Amino acid sequence: MTLSRRSVLLKSLALGCTAAASPFVTPVSFASAPWDNRLVVILLRGGMDGLDVVRPVGDRDFARLRSGTGDNHAEQSVDLDGFFAAHPSVNSLMPLWSAEELGFVHAVSTPYRGKRSHFDGQDMLEAGTGQAVGSRLRNGWLNRLLQVVGVEDAQTAFALGHDNQIVLSGQAPYSRWSPDANLNVSPQTMALAKSIMSGDPMLASALEQAQELAMGELSGAVVPEIDENGRPVGREPGMNGSMDMQAARPKLDSSGHVALARYAGWQLSGSARIAAFSLNGWDTHRRQDVALPRSVTKLADILIALKEELGPIWDRTAVLAVTEFGRTVRLNGTKGTDHGTGGAMLFAGGALNGGRVVSDWPGLAERDLYEGRDLMPTRDLRAHAAWVIRDLFGLSVDDLERSVFPGLDMGPRSGLLI
Amino acid sequence: MRFDPELAEFRFGYGLSPTLPAPADARQMLQRLMLDDAAAERFVIPGFSSVLDRMQAINALRRKRRKSQSDKAAEDFLRERRKLVRQMRRDQLIWMGATFARRAWTRDAFRERLVAFWANHFTVRGKGSVTPWAVTPYIESTIRPHLTGTFSDILKSAIKSPLMLQYLDQRSSRGPGSEAAQRMGGQAGLNENLARELLELHTLGVDGPYTQTDVRELAELLTGLTFHPSKGTRFNKKAVEPGFETVLGKRYGGDPGDMADIDAVLEDLAVHPATAKHIGRKLAVHFVSDTPSPDLVEALQQSFSETGGDLIALYETLLYHPSSWDPSAGNIRPPLDWVSAVIRALAVPPARLTPAKNDTFFNRLPEALARMGQPYEQPPGPDGWPEEDAGWLTPQALAARLQWAIGAPQLMGGDLPDPRVFVNTALGTRVHERLRFAAHAAETRADGIGLILVSPEFLRS
Repeated sequence: MTLSRRSVLLKSLALGCTAAASPFVTPVSFASAPWDNRLVVILLRGGMDGLDVVRPVGDRDFARLRSGTGDNHAEQSVDLDGFFAAHPSVNSLMPLWSAEELGFVHAVSTPYRGKRSHFDGQDMLEAGTGQAVGSRLRNGWLNRLLQVVGVEDAQTAFALGHDNQIVLSGQAPYSRWSPDANLNVSPQTMALAKSIMSGDPMLASALEQAQELAMGELSGAVVPEIDENGRPVGREPGMNGSMDMQAARPKLDSSGHVALARYAGWQLSGSARIAAFSLNGWDTHRRQDVALPRSVTKLADILIALKEELGPIWDRTAVLAVTEFGRTVRLNGTKGTDHGTGGAMLFAGGALNGGRVVSDWPGLAERDLYEGRDLMPTRDLRAHAAWVIRDLFGLSVDDLERSVFPGLDMGPRSGLLI
Repeated sequence: MRFDPELAEFRFGYGLSPTLPAPADARQMLQRLMLDDAAAERFVIPGFSSVLDRMQAINALRRKRRKSQSDKAAEDFLRERRKLVRQMRRDQLIWMGATFARRAWTRDAFRERLVAFWANHFTVRGKGSVTPWAVTPYIESTIRPHLTGTFSDILKSAIKSPLMLQYLDQRSSRGPGSEAAQRMGGQAGLNENLARELLELHTLGVDGPYTQTDVRELAELLTGLTFHPSKGTRFNKKAVEPGFETVLGKRYGGDPGDMADIDAVLEDLAVHPATAKHIGRKLAVHFVSDTPSPDLVEALQQSFSETGGDLIALYETLLYHPSSWDPSAGNIRPPLDWVSAVIRALAVPPARLTPAKNDTFFNRLPEALARMGQPYEQPPGPDGWPEEDAGWLTPQALAARLQWAIGAPQLMGGDLPDPRVFVNTALGTRVHERLRFAAHAAETRADGIGLILVSPEFLRS
């Protein structure tokens, strides 16, 4: 029976959006987060071609399947471990790879099969329930993680950007913000705005939060961040000669995706522990040799900006970049690839054990393919995410398999952590 | 608590216009609904058949590509598709402008609000190359002509419309025992999406008296209902699940199935007591308050039940009920309604409400709406935009409204009005002293106008 689902959903929708704006929630709570480690989830929307980003050049069928993309595969790829090689545009990340702060998981997917729709695939990726979800299920696995832990502070988790991130939606409070949503108004105008909204608690509370989240655009709007001993948290003392958060505020004049990463890094250096945002542009149906490097470069920019912004906290950070599905093993008629099944995920951060490609490789021979066209997924990507959450945040396997990813069998340790 | 022209414009329209008079009474509001649709005649939006034509064109190219397998056919297809998508995107903006113009320049704003209410009740989104941008023509053909009939009429129109059949996957649903499913050897089957939403969202409501078995049976009954770009909505006998289906204890269908079976179940669902309750409450929540008075909800439900879902009678009950005129703070206007009200209050000329080169106001409206939390024609799911105020008051969305309210009006063409005057033309008697002070104390005209537009008086209806 699903009859009561609607009311639960409505309730969670209201709470999810409003915890921040509700007059009954203290706008900024300084309660310390339940853990010290950080998790960043990047949703690669559009279906990243794992076979082109992390190329199984050691597979004897690969060259045959992927000849004719325009760039000469074998020669231009960046060797990773002898079997896998990275797309040339990953080059800027090789220092991270060498420092074992970047790795890949290959031949994984969500349980989504069959119709290869972006829409349904992303819903399943974000809902994390492993079942086809109705198009209106707005309850994601990161939110269930918050619920399990009992997080009450809306600033523990941030959904960044303008798109609706189902992965963080749900009953537990979280913050939504987009770094380009700054409040560029004069102090006088802000004071007047506060005055006219003062009789309307809902509006007044939302405005106050907006001012705080806008990161010190205005004097007095700086969010002071305090550690469990009541001391302000910031950069390493002396790093920029000041503990003033305004000084630590990242530059947001960079292009959208880097601004998102910097904002995420900035919040995670404070009291935030989880951030999620999207990077679009992976739906490379044509001229993949042109389209894919653009997106990979953006992803690389994001990781570099995150590391830079997080400073020493990078060592306690895990980044997971996941996509709704992989793409066909063969090129299509327009030098691109179509929607497929198995693909790759990327992991990064000082908290993870990088410098390797984790995979139970299925092979690319005709009989090894999924429905004769796609890379066969050999493991559920949720299992990898679940093990990372277990090791990073200390959740029990039971909570993960029942609540965060209901119905998931986590299987053996995935070993993404040291 | 009784009729008030100002409140009528705020609560049942898109706010005050500096040039158009507010309705004199509830009777006049209802009468205008029965008269010619002047706004639609003045600001034309094409019907959905124009969209079907474009779907046909793109399908023809797709067939050609498949047949010839040549690189040229593939290139042709992609080029034409890109061209079509560009054209659809631009048309969507033109239609968005026409929608704003209707809301800003009508004396019959209640009609526009009702169109939006029912369009949201029967939410659709497009898929593929053509329909993601085609929601406005759907509303024009499917919703707008049925505002004053019965709920049954508008329900049948919406459920059987091509875009709804596409959106909720009815088009790909086949009876497991149907000829089509047999032929495809288990590759095709039943899709319950439309059946479930029909019960849960469109008629009975989630608390309604139905079970999973009803959903399944209704899904089987709906098999055959589909559309074709060249023929519109049609009934495909080959997809029909053989035999009878029992929905809410009543038997429908039988062999051979036809459209009349589907009409029959829709007509029954349309007048079900749970539907009366669901629609009555939703109407009160939408127009009056997140927590409407129980006697208003009761009165609407009763009116619906007694008249078999006569919509004019329902609106009459709404407009004549004292609770509808409770002057205490109303709902937060969703961004689209709020922007419409801003355009109306500032009397932006229709000529500015269309895409134009270098028009940073109009061209950036979709982006602004997305920042405010209501990306144009992209609701989060088939349940449409949230009714709860809280859904609209995220900090970033409010920040976006404030930023837009200060920045956009000066780009709309024409001089900005004096905030000290505008506060009265835009808000009439509902101005609080704090706001009057702010309108005088603002540093610049733009700041003053912006503050008035984000005041609780203007944000709420």
